[in-house]
Amino acid sequence: MFSKITNYTLLILNPGYNKVNIVIFTARSVPLLMNYVSSIGSYSIMIREVFKKPTKWPIMKSLILKEIDELIYGSMGIIIFISFFIGGVVAIQTALNISNPLIPRNLIGFATRQSVILEFAPTFTSIIMAGKVGSYITSSIGTMRVTEQIDALEVMGVNSLNYLVFPKIIAMFFYPFVVAIAMYIGILGGWIAGVFGGFSSSADFVEGLQLDFTPFHVTYSFIKSVVFAFVIATVPSYHGYYMKGGALEVGKASTTAFVWTSVVIIILNYILTQLLLG
Amino acid sequence: MIEVNNLHKSFGDHHVLKGISATFEKGKTNLIIGQSGSGKTVFLKCLLGLFEPEQGTISYDGRVYSELEPRERRDLRQEMGMVFQGSALFDSMTVEGNVMFPLDMFTKQSKSEMLDRVNFVLKRVNLVNSNQKFPSELSGGMKKRVAIARAIVMNPKYLFCDEPNSGLDPKTAILIDNLIQEITREYDITTVINSHDMNSVMEIGEKIIFLKDGFKEWEGSNMEIFKTDNEAVTNFVYSSELFKKVRQMYLEERN
Ligand SMILES: Nc1ncnc2c1ncn2[C@@H]1O[C@H](COP(=O)(O)OP(=O)(O)OP(=O)(O)O)[C@@H](O)[C@H]1O
Ligand SMILES: [Mg+2]
Repeated sequence: MFSKITNYTLLILNPGYNKVNIVIFTARSVPLLMNYVSSIGSYSIMIREVFKKPTKWPIMKSLILKEIDELIYGSMGIIIFISFFIGGVVAIQTALNISNPLIPRNLIGFATRQSVILEFAPTFTSIIMAGKVGSYITSSIGTMRVTEQIDALEVMGVNSLNYLVFPKIIAMFFYPFVVAIAMYIGILGGWIAGVFGGFSSSADFVEGLQLDFTPFHVTYSFIKSVVFAFVIATVPSYHGYYMKGGALEVGKASTTAFVWTSVVIIILNYILTQLLLG
Repeated sequence: MIEVNNLHKSFGDHHVLKGISATFEKGKTNLIIGQSGSGKTVFLKCLLGLFEPEQGTISYDGRVYSELEPRERRDLRQEMGMVFQGSALFDSMTVEGNVMFPLDMFTKQSKSEMLDRVNFVLKRVNLVNSNQKFPSELSGGMKKRVAIARAIVMNPKYLFCDEPNSGLDPKTAILIDNLIQEITREYDITTVINSHDMNSVMEIGEKIIFLKDGFKEWEGSNMEIFKTDNEAVTNFVYSSELFKKVRQMYLEERN
């Protein structure tokens, strides 16, 4: 990795850097690139497999309910906790940065609303979910892989991808509700910190909340959260399902899954923002 | 009956099975033996259809796997039962849930019919009063029994067991071996068992295939394995001092 970076820097800094080195540089990156491309390929194949040969509905229904309980309901506590404090911190930070008396005090409410709705609720929460839900998904599926439970499903003629991943995808469709709650709690946290911390009056804060409100920002946020939900359900599943090795590798796979889920979320966040707001 | 012809399987450059042909008979316990890493599990997973071999055919009572339609393959799968090396019970389900799982998935039986069948097979493997326990609450031997119960609950024609008695004490190991043999005879199943346990070989080795370096090195019965002169087999079978002495005595007695 490091040598690649130095190579690249040399290439940019030194125009006389000869062709041989450029060839070496490219030759080195090709396998890495092929690796990513083939991962994307097998990820797509996995997604297609998930929707094939569905499991009997009564069984699937109970699996979905179980996953909603585990993935959505089980994450509520941490999401509420974090949103509340982040909302509060945003309000305080904004207040502390207003030194100019010409800036209206309602900016505190306005800034809290904008940052919570646009970024903190959908994106920040998703990164938290990538850690909490993602590592649960990777380790539970990975453990089933290393203990041959997935083979056992396949031998019986069950489509293991559908059985394991489909209920998680469906359960994660409820994720926008979590984001909605995160928005509400975040703003509430901002209000409490602003009003009770003596930074703003309640009236100013509420006025700021209503100032120039664009309903599409909420829609934008929900669109993002649906996309992120799919990523949070499937990327960790991919890492768990295709892992090799034993218990130690399950731990490593969870870490890798978290890194990749976060990276994908951050990149998609950029693309979606450009597409929807840009 | 399962007939395997010239089976090849590799992972990347690693050629694990290098052309294996064998016949596994109905109503008999067929054993695959060989050192750790010799490819027993890979061979069994090919028989199960979990691995696609690069070359060679496997035929189940005349049905050649590679020539079957996906739907026919699925039907064939449901005629197979498998006991995995580590039991592979579903951690999130009780004993009853584990054994009922295939019935629930693939039959239209009522709950009470399924329960009757589950209790019947659990009784058959001598595991009663554990229906509501989770796999984490069971001993290794009990897990094996549940795994066997789950494998036979659908009345399979083919039963595959990957080291069914690894990690068990010799007495429990023999109980499990005998259980598998009884079930095989009772229901006229084609049973294939992976093993590196010499007790099993002697106890239930009606037909034995010895794998070495990806080839079938030797084939015979537990009676014949005592007399064979094949060096690889004798090295493997008589690797312990105890068995070396037993063989010595046997040969002296014969002369
Ligand atoms: N999925 C796989 N991918 C790559 N290589 C594999 C895979 N499964 C098995 N192998 C390789 O195939 C060889 C045979 O493995 P196998 O598990 O069949 O051994 P075994 O005879 O069952 O051993 P043991 O008695 O220890 O269970 C090993 O060298 C192993 O590394
Ligand atoms: Mg093995």
